Amino acid sequence: MTFDRRKFLKMAGAAGAVAAAAPASAAGASASLDGPAVLVDTTLCVSCRACEAACAEQNQLPAPPDTPEGGFPARRDTTTTAFTVVNRGSDAASDGSERFAKQQCLHCLHPACASACPVRALEKTPEGPVVYHADLCMGCRYCMVACPFGVPKYEYEKAIPYVRKCTFCSSRLARGQEPACTSVCPTGALKFGKRSDLLLEARRRVYAEGSRYVPHVYGERESGGTSWLYVSDVPFDSLGLKAVGETSPTQLTETALNAVPLVMTLWPPLLMGLYAFAHQGRKSSEQEV
Amino acid sequence: MATLTLPPAVKPWLRDHLLLGLTPREYVKSLANPWDLFAMAVFAIGIPLYIGRFVFGLGAVTNLSQTTPWGLWIGFDMLCGVALAAGGFTLAAAVHVFGLERYHAVVKPAVLTGFLGYFFAVLGLLADLGQPWRVWYPLGVSWGTTSVMFEVGWCVALYTTVLFLEFSPALLSWLGLGKLGQRLAQLTVGLTVLGVMLSTLHQSSLGSLFLLAPGRIHPLWYSPMIPVLFFVSAIAAGLSMVIVESSLSHRVFRDRLGRVHHDIDSLMLGLGRGAALVLFAYFFLKLQALVASHRLDLLATPLGAWYLVELLGFVALPCALFAFGVRRGSAFMVRAAAAITVIGVVVNRLNVSLVAFDYALPVRYVPSWMEVAVSIALVTALIQTFRFIVNRMAILEADSPHS
Repeated sequence: MTFDRRKFLKMAGAAGAVAAAAPASAAGASASLDGPAVLVDTTLCVSCRACEAACAEQNQLPAPPDTPEGGFPARRDTTTTAFTVVNRGSDAASDGSERFAKQQCLHCLHPACASACPVRALEKTPEGPVVYHADLCMGCRYCMVACPFGVPKYEYEKAIPYVRKCTFCSSRLARGQEPACTSVCPTGALKFGKRSDLLLEARRRVYAEGSRYVPHVYGERESGGTSWLYVSDVPFDSLGLKAVGETSPTQLTETALNAVPLVMTLWPPLLMGLYAFAHQGRKSSEQEV
Repeated sequence: MATLTLPPAVKPWLRDHLLLGLTPREYVKSLANPWDLFAMAVFAIGIPLYIGRFVFGLGAVTNLSQTTPWGLWIGFDMLCGVALAAGGFTLAAAVHVFGLERYHAVVKPAVLTGFLGYFFAVLGLLADLGQPWRVWYPLGVSWGTTSVMFEVGWCVALYTTVLFLEFSPALLSWLGLGKLGQRLAQLTVGLTVLGVMLSTLHQSSLGSLFLLAPGRIHPLWYSPMIPVLFFVSAIAAGLSMVIVESSLSHRVFRDRLGRVHHDIDSLMLGLGRGAALVLFAYFFLKLQALVASHRLDLLATPLGAWYLVELLGFVALPCALFAFGVRRGSAFMVRAAAAITVIGVVVNRLNVSLVAFDYALPVRYVPSWMEVAVSIALVTALIQTFRFIVNRMAILEADSPHS
């Protein structure tokens, strides 16, 4: 019998560590549910793309290209050097005017990327933004698999690559300023504030008497709720805002992870029991031979 | 330093232990056979690409993109490599815990295959990581305890160590440290229990990795049961891999086999019986997942047809073949079933990670020839290492069960 006490204690210690770590991380995720937020009213956006320019300047990224005559021919996606882009929607409003939507990290309340990161390089800060600690990232790109909105972008072309995405201007927020993009919006399409206030404002606009808005606030419940909220008078998917379901992705892996301490606790005694059962009486029969 | 001078005792040791008793000239000549030449050609292409990937970045070698962050190196080298290496814990549990001593002769090669499977899967992972020198960060620097990947990382690191310890008595005895090896061998039962626990966790968790992407995985392959499906299919893959590997070893290393392998066919039939049962359970688990998806309508689409090929051709068919083979006492049928199962588990892992992932994208990921070349080089390196070890250490030779 070589399954000794020391190994058992070691395993018990490991199981304890897992059990102790779980509630701590859950607490981190539930903070900041009413942090800073942005309400995007797509009916007000005129695609001046000042937000793109401000973002590039703030994050020291190359200046965004000028809008070509007749608009960009194809939908653009955010890249490692453009954390936000404004796209024209595929549907026009009822009066025939075009609609646009700004695209960037939505800063989920329960971010899948942060829950997926094995080294906590992505973190939902208590202040609200989902930030990236480049000094921890090992480049597994599980965040890119996890994000239902396809936000994190990777520097594949570099020998020492990092994940790049919108930071919600966390350094500006820490100084009490609003994000660069919302600070320059000339039409009020981007409104910065507290999430609960903006949610009320969004509902007021959407559910008002004679409202032309689609009766939905995108981001209120999407993927467990996001810090960026959108209202629109054209279908959301025509603006590139995908239907993603309301379950927070962090819940989907919870059951599987909860099984870990169970397996760690139950398997060794079960297997040792089977071992004892299978080798019952074997010693004595060997001695007879 | 034109001539390397070695102490007199070292030269014969090297000759006996490394060169199989041949002179260096004879040994190099012995490498001029079709298989070794093929392997060298594969390495001549694969090794520079593997190194080049670190110098020039992932983008220069792979077809990975912002929409497809995981490609062949995760889908094949990691997911398939680890699943096919499950024979190590399965056989070790059967013999050392459940007391099925008649399979004793196939445990050591199964453990070696398992160890090498994990080792080369990790080499594949290192190629895939953006900053591979940080691969140990989840272990020592920052604990992301909410991440399935964190759990997989810990389990794979620990279990690779367990496999190495399980294999090390053979290594130590080759190095002339047999005493130490015997002491390590006393840990076998404890290591096996640890190995089963760790394997249960990470074989299933490799499936759990995909749980948080329901919107991006085709509904026929996405299931809350995916951890269970991965675990059960890994056992089938592991058993089948042991059958395939033993059958090949039996031909290739005929001169190194001891008495026990003379009745290898009956061992294969016994393993086949186990594999039939596991595949039977796996088939019905997959049916449950299919029914629970509420998307039977998708079976009428092209991807649905491919799903049926996997379910019927790579699960139901080998299951039936195993069962008939065992009933008729046909080791040939069992071997055929094992080969189909191995391919089937590879097909399943590639389906989940590549085919079903972001299935609606207009431009789909296809691995670059360089990714394929690196993967082939890693598999070839695994086979060459296996041969190197089996030709030198006591892996296939029968030893008394209670040594």
